Amino acid sequence: MDLTINDRTVQVTASDDTALLWVLRDLLGMTGTKFGCGMALCGACTVHVDGKPVRSCVLPVSAVVGKKVTTIEGVGTTATGHAVQEAWKQLNVPQCGYCQAGQIMSAAALLVDKPAPSDADIDAAMSGNICRCGTYTRIRAAIKQAAGKNS
Amino acid sequence: MSAVLKPESSLSRRTFIATLAASGGLVVIGSATRILTAAEAEKYGADGMPHGTVDNPLVFISIGDDGLVTIAVHRSDMGQGVRTGMPLIVADELEADWSKVRVQQAPADEEKYGNQDTDGSRSTRHFIDPMRRCGAAARAMLEKAAADTWKVPVAEVHALNHEVVHEKTGRKLGYGALARKAAKLPVPAQGALTLKTADKFRYIGKEGTLLLDGEDIVTGKAQYGIDPWFEGMLFAVIARSPVLGGKIKHVDDAEAAKMPGVVKVMEMPPTVADAEFHTLAGVAVIASNTGAAIKARSALKIEWDDGANGGYDSDLYRAELEKAARSPGQVVRQDGDFDGAIAKAARKLEAEYYLPHIAHATMEPPSAVARIVDGKLEVWAPTQAPQVTRTDISKHLGIPFENVTVHVTLLGGGFGRKSKPDYATEAAVLSKAMGGRPVKVTWTRDDDLHHDYFHTVSVEHLQGGLDASGKVTSWLHRSVAPSIGSIFGADPKHELPFEMGMGLINLPYDIPNIRLENPEAAAHTRIGWFRSVSNVPHAFAVQSFVAELAAAAGKDHRDFLLDLIGASRLIDPGSQHDTWNYGESPKRYPVDTGRLRRVIETVTREAGWGSKHGLGLAAHYSFLSYTAVVAQVEVDKTGYLRIPRVDIAFDCGPVVNPDRVRSQLEGAVIMGVSLATLGEITFKRGRSQQDNFHQYRVTRMDTAPKDIRVHLLPATDWSMPLGGVGEPGLPPVAPALVNAIFAATGRRIRRMPIREQAGAVAG
Repeated sequence: MDLTINDRTVQVTASDDTALLWVLRDLLGMTGTKFGCGMALCGACTVHVDGKPVRSCVLPVSAVVGKKVTTIEGVGTTATGHAVQEAWKQLNVPQCGYCQAGQIMSAAALLVDKPAPSDADIDAAMSGNICRCGTYTRIRAAIKQAAGKNS
Repeated sequence: MSAVLKPESSLSRRTFIATLAASGGLVVIGSATRILTAAEAEKYGADGMPHGTVDNPLVFISIGDDGLVTIAVHRSDMGQGVRTGMPLIVADELEADWSKVRVQQAPADEEKYGNQDTDGSRSTRHFIDPMRRCGAAARAMLEKAAADTWKVPVAEVHALNHEVVHEKTGRKLGYGALARKAAKLPVPAQGALTLKTADKFRYIGKEGTLLLDGEDIVTGKAQYGIDPWFEGMLFAVIARSPVLGGKIKHVDDAEAAKMPGVVKVMEMPPTVADAEFHTLAGVAVIASNTGAAIKARSALKIEWDDGANGGYDSDLYRAELEKAARSPGQVVRQDGDFDGAIAKAARKLEAEYYLPHIAHATMEPPSAVARIVDGKLEVWAPTQAPQVTRTDISKHLGIPFENVTVHVTLLGGGFGRKSKPDYATEAAVLSKAMGGRPVKVTWTRDDDLHHDYFHTVSVEHLQGGLDASGKVTSWLHRSVAPSIGSIFGADPKHELPFEMGMGLINLPYDIPNIRLENPEAAAHTRIGWFRSVSNVPHAFAVQSFVAELAAAAGKDHRDFLLDLIGASRLIDPGSQHDTWNYGESPKRYPVDTGRLRRVIETVTREAGWGSKHGLGLAAHYSFLSYTAVVAQVEVDKTGYLRIPRVDIAFDCGPVVNPDRVRSQLEGAVIMGVSLATLGEITFKRGRSQQDNFHQYRVTRMDTAPKDIRVHLLPATDWSMPLGGVGEPGLPPVAPALVNAIFAATGRRIRRMPIREQAGAVAG
């Protein structure tokens, strides 16, 4: 099947029900998107499908045919995605960094939806993303910093 | 009569294994004399670790013709920032321009690089001096190369920000131009080196250092152990025995083998006897992608023989621990006469505290990639123990050590789990079974939560006596917990010196009558190091009990705690029968009660102690550093708990990278909140009952404290030894939280996790 990932068309051979995550990671070697739970509980695998954040670990690949998939490798080409990545770097948000691809994808989608999010908006949009290192306070600060640049 | 444990001064998480094997278990001797042989006495710090340290600049530093400086980092980065911290130390002494510094991860090779076990909060404390010497030696070599080029005395030149300068003539040469010549010069002897004085530091101790891996992490380019990818690679998951020690009785793989993408289904070969970290019995499914392997695994029909641990039930085990905690056990420290003193106490208090098993749940689950080409095996692994990984794989596969290469990737979280490289061995075993093809093994989240090396479970029983003035005159602490020693052979059934040395035996309080006991506890699952290790249950119990005693005495908790600590003084760990002392010299690292007092004074002042409702305090010495925490909580009428703010004061001596120290403490606060409010693994029929994050819940953004204030008390005196950073933030968080809940509600919580005990706790 043909998929559109980060504005490129790629061909993959996979059964329809293969989760998009494994297509990205194992078949295409795009390993920026992470595996964390396999049950849409932790957000590490978050990608955008037509701009909306989704958990690729439970999304059958057949569901994204004809849609635009954006991953951490491509999100920096958007103004919001780039602003989020820059804020993450400037505030030294990551510790181990493993969950941060998913965090950044969730944050970028939030800021497109709500350019000046409140704390409650941030809680609602980001609580599906687990960080075991405990970088939540810096994630919140980085979202606000990126929002400031955004406006 | 008091008993002390056999001295094992330089015990590390690795060396103690050998010691255990040599002694046939834990030996208790009936003597109060602390015996150290001369050899033991000299082997402290990094010198007590396998392969010690290396400070050769030619090993760690390379400089290109373009002037780019590449610094090898031989310690593993799991989020503590060592891949930025180590280069920063070298670059400072090297007088390098930070923008021209790159980092390269060293493979497993301790002969070349020195010890690589990244645990025990000791990378910076053990390697700051060797890394400074590396940088200073390279700087001296560059200066000599420039002086030789200009034919001037070396005393007339000096290095400054990536150039060597000859002041008299104004001549300058960049590091790139000098590199080839400098590399051919002899490395100066240690005694000939001039290290910078602290006022000349360019990067060490300064704010504003960005992470060297920041760009790669935020763009998805960073490589973790789960990420290596090769054409033709295969992907595996393994169905492991759900009970520790269980064996396969029968496998029906007919259905699984037919499923799409499946390449092979095979039983895992038996583990080898002399491995430190054994692979578990199981059935591997190897497929064209991980999703296919997971699906096929669920179609396997396996009959298990559960073996001796098939009856493990964490509720029943808790009752067993409680029973043990209510009877006398092995005495590990005795000061004065507890029995006599408690009999005369004006007021007596008794309490028991429970900490369940917890799982590391690193966001990157255990995973690794291996391939074999021409008899040479390469593995890519997120490992805290590179050399152990290499040794274990060599033993398991019968491949000579020199033909095994371990590439250390970034670790997507470690917390102690990735000191145990069973998953890397699995990848190697499966690659061999597939004729050397690259194979990636991924642990699914349920694998991770079912087969972790769990944090120990414990019951801590305390009794205290107060005199008429409310002063503590007697203290009994019985700690009962299965030991990490159980994973390395015969179960010692007692806490090992390094476990007791984490906040049990080294109680730093000025109490005349103390008895510390350690009754037996047998392990029924894999017990392993979890960030801060035994400090977590010990600090939870001790810091909760101090608050309970303060309340019983009708005194302010802070004042009471400071009184208990007593005057500022240096305590010789040997006088507390602590023969371990984090592997460090008791002379160089005594327990400094003045520093403990200062973090308490600082955190209470900053948090507004005495002027706010719902504040709870705890303080703990661990990993040679001093931490105090004040948590602020609000519990509403329905019992809903909020933690709006946590203050943490920290003294680890001199600080190399303050931003990473703060980030470790911020993380420790959140991990502490997580384990205190939610963390619990339970067992029934020998099986861990939690499958994923809906059952093993962890703190998320919405329930994490929004305001975490870190108060660093960095030493400006660089002759002071460094303390640990990665772990010591964690132990006081949970007790500060339950003490805050007590302050807010009058309800005392003695069992972790708090969950619904404060009412309907958020989570």
